[in-house]
Amino acid sequence: MIVQALVFYLFAAVAIASAVMVISSKNPVHSVLFLILCFFNAAGLFVLMGAEFLAMILVVVYVGAVAVLFLFVVMMLDINIERARQGFKQYLLIGGSIGLVLFLELVVILSSSFTAPDVVATAAVPIPDMDTVHNTRALGQVLYTKYAYLFQACGLILLVAMVGAIVLTLRQRDGVRKQVISDQINRSREESVEIKKVSSGSGI
Amino acid sequence: MLEIGLAHYLVVAAVLFTLGIFGIFLNRKNVIVIMMSIELMLLAVNINFVAFSTHMGDLVGQVFAVFILTVAAAEAAIGLAILVIYFRNRGSIAVEDINMMKG
Repeated sequence: MIVQALVFYLFAAVAIASAVMVISSKNPVHSVLFLILCFFNAAGLFVLMGAEFLAMILVVVYVGAVAVLFLFVVMMLDINIERARQGFKQYLLIGGSIGLVLFLELVVILSSSFTAPDVVATAAVPIPDMDTVHNTRALGQVLYTKYAYLFQACGLILLVAMVGAIVLTLRQRDGVRKQVISDQINRSREESVEIKKVSSGSGI
Repeated sequence: MLEIGLAHYLVVAAVLFTLGIFGIFLNRKNVIVIMMSIELMLLAVNINFVAFSTHMGDLVGQVFAVFILTVAAAEAAIGLAILVIYFRNRGSIAVEDINMMKG
């Protein structure tokens, strides 16, 4: 029990500390790297809660895809770091006060809420016993049957996002010489070869 | 204190969500960090979903967390694509420069 508590506090502390570094570090590359650290620790929290599949998905999707995409964009764009830091102190006060108010509101809601006693009995899909059916299998059994249409809709969203991202960033550049194979094949001898009679002692 | 329950995870998620909102206010000149803050907020929401799911014994929360993850990935891809073409056109990623549609 004490090990679980220690591991929880470790993961939570590192996740929160790296989240602070994400929003406050000078260099956006450092922000992305701290975001990756934050996601890793959140995955650790998920494992601690008993949601292994989501933890692995978090590592694969966020760290493997989204964070690398961020890193790619940050390094591709030539950002003026000095200009990007302007107004940091100016917004510190108002942002801090709004953040504090929001956090206090969340704490008030948390502390005044309570759980209905029969909520576990009324679960839509009760979590099966971990020893017989592990988390990934249980999730798959409900995701591919009861929520199959929503799963398909997710795939559709990803497809639209992919097409949208490609359409947005694709551009026709001028001055690029591309090979046009049909033009090359359709050339006739008359338009490509010219025979000149050059008399000796003079140029063309 | 040593008994880790639902409230512990909810507090962590609340702190992460607040940090995300704080980051949006703090980094007004840098849209990339704002998008990272949005990712932090989505992560906090996911932690909330999974915490409620595991502590209430209902698997639907984790299913919904998978869907949130999908939408977050799509959002990041589209947002970064918009950011790239915006930077290509204007040479800046400050929020207050984004006013072309003001007329």
